[in-house]
Amino acid sequence: MNDKGYKLVQGNEACVEGALAAGMRFFAGYPITPSTEIAELSSQRLPKLGGKFIQMEDELASMAAIIGASLAGMKSMTATSGPGFSLMQENIGYAAIAEIPCVIVNVQRGGPSTGQPTSPAQGDVMQARWGTHGDHPAIALTPNSVQETFEYTVKAFNLAEKYRTPVIFLMDEIVGHMREKMTYKNISDLEVINRKKPSCKPEEYVAYRPDEDMIPPMASFGEGYRYHVTGLTHDETGFPTNSNEISERLIKRIVDKVEKNIDDFSYFEEYKMEDAEMAIIAYGGVSRSAKSAVDQLRKQNIKAGMFRPITIWPFLEKQVHKVSFQVKEIYVAEMNLGQYSLEVERAACKNCKVSKINKVNGELITPEEIIEALGGRYEL
Amino acid sequence: MNCSEITKKYYRVNRLPHIWCPGCGHGTLTNTVVRAIDRLGLNKDEVVIVSGIGCSSRAPGYLDFNTLHTTHGRALAFATGIKLANPKLHVIVIMGDGDSSAIGGNHLIHAARRNIDITTIVFNNNIYGMTGGQFSPTTPYGDLATTAAYGNIDKPFDLCSLAQGAGATYVGRATAYHAVLMQRLIEKGIQNKGFSFIEGLSLCPTYYGRKNKKGNAFKMHTFLKENCIDKKIVDKDPEKGKNKIIIGEFYNNPQPEYIESYQVITDMFQGRGEKNGEV
Repeated sequence: MNDKGYKLVQGNEACVEGALAAGMRFFAGYPITPSTEIAELSSQRLPKLGGKFIQMEDELASMAAIIGASLAGMKSMTATSGPGFSLMQENIGYAAIAEIPCVIVNVQRGGPSTGQPTSPAQGDVMQARWGTHGDHPAIALTPNSVQETFEYTVKAFNLAEKYRTPVIFLMDEIVGHMREKMTYKNISDLEVINRKKPSCKPEEYVAYRPDEDMIPPMASFGEGYRYHVTGLTHDETGFPTNSNEISERLIKRIVDKVEKNIDDFSYFEEYKMEDAEMAIIAYGGVSRSAKSAVDQLRKQNIKAGMFRPITIWPFLEKQVHKVSFQVKEIYVAEMNLGQYSLEVERAACKNCKVSKINKVNGELITPEEIIEALGGRYEL
Repeated sequence: MNCSEITKKYYRVNRLPHIWCPGCGHGTLTNTVVRAIDRLGLNKDEVVIVSGIGCSSRAPGYLDFNTLHTTHGRALAFATGIKLANPKLHVIVIMGDGDSSAIGGNHLIHAARRNIDITTIVFNNNIYGMTGGQFSPTTPYGDLATTAAYGNIDKPFDLCSLAQGAGATYVGRATAYHAVLMQRLIEKGIQNKGFSFIEGLSLCPTYYGRKNKKGNAFKMHTFLKENCIDKKIVDKDPEKGKNKIIIGEFYNNPQPEYIESYQVITDMFQGRGEKNGEV
């Protein structure tokens, strides 16, 4: 660390430090490029802090283990990439219906299947929303720098704890493997949220009875509140039910507790959007190119701006809708064949034209490529 | 403690009756788990029962402990997280034959290999009962099932040998008929500081029994009574074990336990004042 409090840190390392700052004391994972440094650093740091690290036999087991640890009262996390993320989907659904807080980091690489293990991609955007079967809530955050990775990993834990739900931290290989300066200066100022615990006596505890905020207080196993947890549709007691009415009420509640609170965690960046006539929407690694493209376009007196979602799920409906009224055209640049752009098109309601800039060859979309994609329409 | 006292103390009476078919062995096996816990005098608040998916895995719902009904095959992975996060808890896993050795086979061998202090009890009824009678990894060769209409050509696992080979430090087998032995094995399994594996042969008159003309539940119990022999007898006279199902304690060999080994590492750093933000 230099005397100004800055240090050169890798994105994956910043993720671990953010998790530890948020109170993560349990990590279960399975090695996979390009996320492995997260497991490695967790294995080194956790024993020093009295935490637990375990390398599981696969990603199915890693996801299961962090749910178990969270039920036993520890803030827990796993980290993976595409193929492992696919395997985790089963138990991500379990965490959603059983309302177990946990954080799943996905450092995206090229897919499908084994794909391009060492190359960046953003092909898991829709999987982060709809990867597990059935209707379920989804919170996913996507950082674009090392500092932001640190700070938003803390927020990912806070959201998991506050809303009792799995949170996806959707990185990409660029952010994961990039080294940048980062500061821990304000580490003690970071807000850390812990799950709501029951205040009633054990015999009065109804494990899945929500408070007015739609979230039931959560007791840890071993605290004297002997209750039942299942992945089956259940009633407020936590036991399975065949009632259609109760089933629907449960699914709607777990979705609503997230979606109706979107204003609480609508994280985004607007760059030179005040007077913009065209907007580039980009996130993660690509947004760094988009920002550079905006600067270059501005030098040509083209009124370009960038809208960058950090909360990638739930979709930032209001904000994108507003952008669509302001500009003549939106360009969605992403390292896939068009995933986030589908949502942008929907939210833009044909208020403006929505075009796509895509790349799936394992390379970052460059500022030049963004400008070139715009080239037909703008005199440069 | 008599039967009704046991029921009142350890069962969630309001969750009964259970869903198991008449004649199913799972109720008896569940009771052996409860009686073992009672004999050991464990604090109910410190007992966690974890299960996967299937007929066997409905057992925890009826029991008044911390109970977790997980996904198919993954019970041991959830249990590993619980035990490692809070080693004070007694973690007991109940699984079925398909649950533990087909979809969950990988988790079983790795939990055994780590020798993590979890007691695993498999209710083995040789069939997938919940889905209506498909063959499982323990359905005998040649037997019938809804997905083995012309006879099962898969060879069955010997679950105890599998667990022992993978590193379990306490292994035994009993049956729904040999309930007293089953209870004793579970007690010793819980007392073993390490990974314990106890197979309880159950019976499924509804699917496996009917499909294979094994008779009613009484006949199937009688079969277990007449065809099982304790390992201690076979050890003295191997002839007696011919064509029999061996039951009893198979292996009891304590080894360093996973969480204790982890604790040794954690202890190295105690008092060094490590903080966050020290990449």
